Parts: sequence; structure tokens; C-alpha cells
Amino acid sequence: MSNLYQGATGDWEVVIGLEIHAQVISESKLFSGAATKFGSEPNTQVSFVCSAQPGMLPVINDECVRQAVRTGLAMGCQINLRSVFDRKNYFYADLPQGYQISQFKDPIVGEGVLTVDLEDGSTKDIGVERLHLEQDAGKSMHDQHPNMTYVDLNRSGVALMEIVSKPDMRNAEEAGAYFKKIRSLVRYAGTCDGNMDQGSMRADVNVSVRRPGEGLGIRTETKNVNSIRYMMQVIESETRRQVDVLEDGGTINQETRLFEVATGTTRTMRSKEEAHDYRYFPDPDLLPLEFSQEFVDELAKDMPELADAKKARFIKDLHINAYNAGVLVAEKESADYFEELLAATVDKSGKPVSELGTLVSNWVSGDLFGALKKLGLGISESPVSIAHAAELLSLQIDGTISGRIAKEVFENMLESGKSPEAIVEEKGLRQVSDTGEIEAMIDEILAANADKVEEYRGGKDKLYGFFVGQVMKNTGGKANPQVVNQLLRPKLDG
Amino acid sequence: MTDLTKMTLSAARDGLQGGDFTSAEITEAHLSAIADASDLNAFIEVTSDQAMDMAAKADAMIKDGSAKAMTGIPIAIKDLYCTKGVHSQSASHILDGFKPEYESTVTSNLWADGAVMLGKTNQDEFAMGSSNENSYYGPVKNPWRADGETKDYVPGGSSGGSAAAVAANISIAATGTDTGGSIRQPASFAGLVGLKPTYGRCSRWGMIAFASSLDQAGPLTRSVRDAAIMMESMAGYDPKDSTSTNVPVPNYEAALSGDIRGLKVGIPKEYRVDGMPGEIEKLWSQGIDWLKSAGAQIVDISLPHTKYALPTYYIVAPAECSSNLARYDGVKYGLRVTGDNLSLDDMYKKTRAAGFGDEVKRRILIGTYVLSAGYYDAYYLKAQRVRTLIAGDFKAAYEKCDVILTPTAPSAAFALGDKVSDPLAMYLNDVFTVPASLAGLPGISIPAGLSAEGLPLGLQLLGQAFGESELLNVASVLESAAGFTQKPAKWWGENS
Repeated sequence: MSNLYQGATGDWEVVIGLEIHAQVISESKLFSGAATKFGSEPNTQVSFVCSAQPGMLPVINDECVRQAVRTGLAMGCQINLRSVFDRKNYFYADLPQGYQISQFKDPIVGEGVLTVDLEDGSTKDIGVERLHLEQDAGKSMHDQHPNMTYVDLNRSGVALMEIVSKPDMRNAEEAGAYFKKIRSLVRYAGTCDGNMDQGSMRADVNVSVRRPGEGLGIRTETKNVNSIRYMMQVIESETRRQVDVLEDGGTINQETRLFEVATGTTRTMRSKEEAHDYRYFPDPDLLPLEFSQEFVDELAKDMPELADAKKARFIKDLHINAYNAGVLVAEKESADYFEELLAATVDKSGKPVSELGTLVSNWVSGDLFGALKKLGLGISESPVSIAHAAELLSLQIDGTISGRIAKEVFENMLESGKSPEAIVEEKGLRQVSDTGEIEAMIDEILAANADKVEEYRGGKDKLYGFFVGQVMKNTGGKANPQVVNQLLRPKLDG
Repeated sequence: MTDLTKMTLSAARDGLQGGDFTSAEITEAHLSAIADASDLNAFIEVTSDQAMDMAAKADAMIKDGSAKAMTGIPIAIKDLYCTKGVHSQSASHILDGFKPEYESTVTSNLWADGAVMLGKTNQDEFAMGSSNENSYYGPVKNPWRADGETKDYVPGGSSGGSAAAVAANISIAATGTDTGGSIRQPASFAGLVGLKPTYGRCSRWGMIAFASSLDQAGPLTRSVRDAAIMMESMAGYDPKDSTSTNVPVPNYEAALSGDIRGLKVGIPKEYRVDGMPGEIEKLWSQGIDWLKSAGAQIVDISLPHTKYALPTYYIVAPAECSSNLARYDGVKYGLRVTGDNLSLDDMYKKTRAAGFGDEVKRRILIGTYVLSAGYYDAYYLKAQRVRTLIAGDFKAAYEKCDVILTPTAPSAAFALGDKVSDPLAMYLNDVFTVPASLAGLPGISIPAGLSAEGLPLGLQLLGQAFGESELLNVASVLESAAGFTQKPAKWWGENS
């Protein structure tokens, strides 16, 4: 993707920064014991604290602190042993305290750099400014009553991590890659489920444009974008809009904007003049958050293997090519599926793991992913179980079926849900490796096509494939290709 | 027969446990005294039925030998403590009809020890005030009047209802809260002992917040011994309050040895403020002499940033209150002003305009201003820095002395209405109490004498962090020396 946007009057550079809100995986909220289960009946996950009853006080949930530190470690960022909770003051019906507890000046996690892979095979370093912990607000429901708004406080007080990037991205692809990288990291670290459709992850998208080489332009912030596709649309439409305004001699207003799914564009939510003065100050109900380096070290020791380490291990120990390894580790679920299938295939086939890496990775990243993509399913929704997949691969490994037949069996498995062994038996797909049977068939074919044999012997090498094809056709594709080769070549070469 | 409403808490405890009378008897006696004293406006809500139930339980505890010091003692609770199912509005209209579903930690501690709740006392709205004239439920009248006067006097504030109740013998003791002097100043105005413990000594959980970094619970009582007994019951670490401190609660009563020989008492020169009445100056000197006679050593000390304490306090406390009171928005509980086609913002404006009194609005405005972009550094941040310096003053002083003696307030109680129109004059009431609040240190006011007009005057002792035992012991020495036994002449109710 190009780093420059072509306007009517010349090139523009786009500058993008993201603030990603990631909901922390924890049983209870950031400052109260109320539960955090998604999809519960309205106002059933609410404590005295998260409904801001008089005299109630926040108490930090240690697990949320550990999750934030784990996320910081996963991103390779500075962990701050002392951080401070501040109050961000504003009035809204779904903000029961009249302030959000957040971290303003002293966040729990500081700077770091993430390297993201781009489609052209290159990589790009994108800076992380900080990660801080904060409370979510409740939800206002405007569609429950003709002239009243209802408030659901289930989300009120739920722990969020706000991950703020540096303005290092230059196009929608980079922003998408950065977002995916963070989503993958939090999933690997087990700190956020990354479910954007449930609101577990969303982004505020900051966009500005400038002439190459100039200082930063005035930015707009588009709030609460809840899919990567929308985020890329925001960047593209904001770029177009801002360039149009500037090329028409106008100026960009620093403002907050909202994305409209229907049009794929953004509109003004509030201008700088209407912006809140949040009156941040340290929350006097909470002491500064302090922990030791030992606490961080303990968490680091227990961190799960992350994508980059896993990819390196796949390449080194399993001899998987870098492309496949990258595809497999991009999502934790696919890496998990692959590793489980590999283990099951080792069990089933009795072959050493070092010999199976390539076959299994090719199958997962090729056959399985291709099928899932067609079906519009995620890896966790795969209709083919690990056990069935291992069985299929083992049939191929021990020569019971050929690679081609394996694909046919797989198709059948997707439709019927039956085990591959059953399908092979039922349809008589067992590979023919009986040399006598195949040899007799070859002799027949050569006799029936004497003219082509002459042509071949006269130098038309390409006809070799024709003879192989004939054998396969006569056996319904079941002839073991290796056996066919072993027998056919000497007979043709006479 | 003993007059059941005129005992100290310790005498009532001894009588209850000695079987001289029952909790039901003294509770009933207090409930009728309360009914007789409605002129004082000390109570917002009287919980008669609950009181009699609690008294019956207390009597059972006494019978089965599980009684504690507070068992069976009828006490009054400042309205800002959340008491389950009972009026808890911090004397504000904005919490109209609010009855909490939970019980504050401090009152839970008291009830667990068998204390009996008579009801909820009047106070300045959200504890903002020094005269108890800022209540939605009207001003509280001090049982004390100047000699020969028939006009009403303020009981001090913000714990004015609690102070009036204890002084008028309609409650044996009462809880107060102290943010900048709201226990100590009314104690001084009503001839009582008032203790504000170290910040973090009592849990703030379930106390309707005014200024979170300053608010502390404490008792208002008739004697130092009573304060020791009640403090021990109220205090303790609470994991539900992140600012409470995990330090064991000592037996405060056992610390009252009366022996202060060799103790160093600091006298801060900065507390000799301009315009302080001569009689307060004189009382202070008297206090110094009393402690000297008891064997204490008097040390001159300096608390150089004292003059900045009041302005610092009136930045920090309003800043915190402007945020703490944001939750009173008409959405979830309490007052909501409704109307046709009101926008959310309009509803907020109308509700908060109708629900908050003038002083609360004034402090929300000040607090909002000092936290605003462009003013934060000049006001709030600077105030926080000065606060650190003030705490540093005390730290340095306690290198030289063990406790500090000062007057509690710059005047005796004043007449109702005298200072309502002059907020700054009103704020000056806190000049001696605010510095220790900013430093988070404990302070106690002890009745030490009467003004020329016949109104009580208090002396204040300030201690070191978690030094309540020592503070109470020195206070008991001052109490014995002062021998303050005067009571207000009854002008309210029957037989007045």
C-alpha cells in the first residue's frame, strides 16, 4: 500500500494513531466484586460501588492489575512499578459516579515498539505510547421507551486497557496490521478475548494529513470503531475528507467524530469548543498503585508462549516454512489447533513430529483454512474435529489414500461429518499399491495406445503425463502414484 | 434513682454491666428526652422502634456475658453515615428519600459491639459548614446560651446535631465526622470532648463523602474516657476502604494512666493569630500551666506553613467535593426534577439547582474552578504541594515534641445567623483545626473553661499518626486539671 495519498494538488501523507480499548478478562470489575459476564440481563451485574451509591469506595481488583502487566509484557513495553488512578470528570446518564476512574499522568505501562508484518512481506515498527487501566461506563438505551432513556449498568466499572499508539501509521493497512497484532497479543496473553462484535475491543482512530516533510496536521478522532474493516474505512474516508477540505482552502477542525456504518463515512460528534474539560485529578479514594519488580518477574515467568516465539519455534523445530508459520500463529486459536492436530497425528501415525510439521501445516493453512473461509467459519467453529483431521492425515501418511483422494475425503467430511476411515471404506477409496494389478493395467494401456507410445519414444516426453492420467482414470484415482511411476517409466522407455 | 440521661458513657457502661439499669430503660429515657428537645432540631430522624429492638438485644448480651464496653449505650449517628433502611442523606435535599441498602463500616462496628441507635443527627449539608446552618432540615440550636441571653447560638459544625444531642443529654454520645474540624469545633462550642483520629484509622466505607482525602469518623462524648471507649469500637482496618490503614486498634481506655511526666508538649507560635480573643489566649496559657504542673515539658515549636493551611484546605476540599458530589445527578436515587421535554442536561441543572444548598453549590463551583484546565497547576497542584509542606512542618515539630497544644477554635459559639452572610468569616472558624486535617494527624478538643459570656471553650491537642492512645492520655490530664463540669441551663422543652 502506498504511503502517500494523491490529492488533486499533489501528494499528502496520512498520519494515524490508534487508541485501542481492550476489555480485561477477569471475573469481576476493576473496582468492585460485581461480575462481568457478557450478555446478562440489564442491571444484573451491578454492585453498590458500580452504581455509585453514596459512601461506596473503589478497591482495586488485583487480577486486573496482573492482566495489564501481562499485556505490557506481551507488547514488550516498559512496566511502571508505580502508577496513579485519576478521575476523569464528566456528566452522563450511564456514568453513575459522574467520573471515570482512569490513569492520566502515570499509566501502569509505558513505551514500547511493535513490529507488524505487511502484505508485501515487509515489516514496520509502530510505537506504543502507553497502556493504562480504566473503568468502562454503562450503556444508555434510547430504544426502550418513546420518550425516556434506559440505563444498563452491567458494563459500568468493567476493566478496560487503553492502549495508545504513537502516530506512526501511514495508511489503513498499517493501522489494520497494528490492530491485528495487538489483538493477537492480548489473545495469546489471555488478557482480552478480542471479540469486537461483543465490544471487547474497539478503537478511537486519530487521523491527520500533511504535505510530505511538513509538521503534523490537525487531527480528528473518530470514536468507538468496532471492526477492523470499519477502522480502515474511517481512515480512508477521513483522509479523503481532510484532503478535500484542505485542497479547497479550508481548515480541519480538531474534533471528535462518529463513524456511520451505512455510509462508511464519519460525521462531527463534538467540536473542540464543545470538548469536555475532564478536570483530571488523582482519585483520593485510591492510593497510588505500587508493586515490586519481583511481582513483574513472577508474571513474566508464567507468561504463555507468544506468537513471535511460537513462529520461530515452528520454523526451527518443525521445519515449517516461514509463510505457513506466520499464517498459523497469526491467531492463537489456529496455532492451538495446529499444535493439537500435530500431536494427534503423531499419536495416530506413529511418525516422529519432525517429519510431520510440513504436511500438517500445509493441510491446516491450505485445505482447512480454505474450506473454513468458503464456509465463513472461524477455526473454533471448524466442522472437522482434531481427531478426524488426524485420522485423515494418517491415512495419507501410511499410504492408504493418496493426497488427491485425501482432498476428496476431506470434502466429504465437511459435508457428512463422518470419520475419514468410514468414508474411505464406504466409497472404496483405498489406494491401489498392488504392483501386479497396476502392471497389468499399464500393459493394457500401452497396447491400446501404441501410436502415443511411438510418439513418446520419438521424443515427445510430455506424453508421460498422459499415460499416468490413463492409469489414474482406470483406477478411479486410487493407484498409488509412486508405484505407477516405478512401473510405467521403465516400460515406456522400453 | 440515677438520672438515666445525664451519665457519661463509662458510667452507663458500668451501670449496665452492674445491673443497675437496663439498656431498655436508658434507651427509653433518651427517646423521651429527644421528644422533649425538638426545639434543638438536633435529630433529623429518630429510630425509636429500632432503638428498643437494639436495646433488647443489648440487654440479652449483658445477660449472657457477651457484652462489650459499648453494649446497650444509646448513641446518635450523624446523618451522613449510611445506616441500612434508615434516612441517610447527609442533610441534603438531593438525596431525598434515600435509604441505603447497606450499613457503614463504622456503624456496623458499633452495632456489633451492642451499641443502640437513637436516630440520625442533623448536620451541615454534606458536612460543609462550621455552624450547622447549612442543613436542608434547618439549623441546629446549641443547648448553650450566653449568660442571660434568650437568643439562639450555633452548635458549631458540621457535626452540630451530634454535639447538641450529647450536650443536651438526649444522647449519651454521638458519632461525628471531621474533614477540617467538624468534630473538634462543635465539641468546643458545646462543651464536649471531640476526637478526630488519624486519617485511615476509621473506615470511610458507607460514609457519604465530602472530601475523601480528609474525611474521618470520630466520637463526640462527655469525657475523654468516653471518647477512648467509643473510638476503640469505631476504629479498625477495612479492606473495603483502600485508604484505611492496617494497624491494630489498641485498648485506648487502658492508655489513660494520667501520667505525662517527661512528655514534651509543643506550643506552635504561628497559632497566635491576629484578633484572637484575650480569653482564648488566656485559656491556652492556662492549659500550658496545667500540663506543666502534671510534669510535662513545654517546648516552643514552629509550624511555618500554618498560614497557608486554610487557603490550601479551601482548594483541596472543594476540589474533591466537586467530583464526589457529581453522582447526585437525579438519575439513580434521591431527588429528580422532572418536566416535559427536559433534556438530560436540563434535568441535571434543575435537579442539582433544587437539591443542593448555597454552601454546597459554592464549594462545587470553587472545586470545579480549581480543577479546570489552565487553573489546575496554579490552584490544585500548588495546594497539594503546600499540603506536603504542612505535613512536613508537623513531622519536623514531632522531632521536638510528643503532642501539640492549641486552642480549638478562635471564638466561642456565636449567635445563629451572625456569620451566614460572610462565608470567609465562617471559614476562619477552622483555622486551628484544618492544619492537622491536611496532615492526616489526630486531634482532640477538650472543654477547658467558659468564655466571659458563659459559653464553653475548648483546647485542642494534636498527636502523631496513630498516636491516639497518647493523645487521649494527655487529654485526660487536661480534662482533670480543667475540671469542666458546667452544663447548659435547660431552656428547651418541658420544665425549661
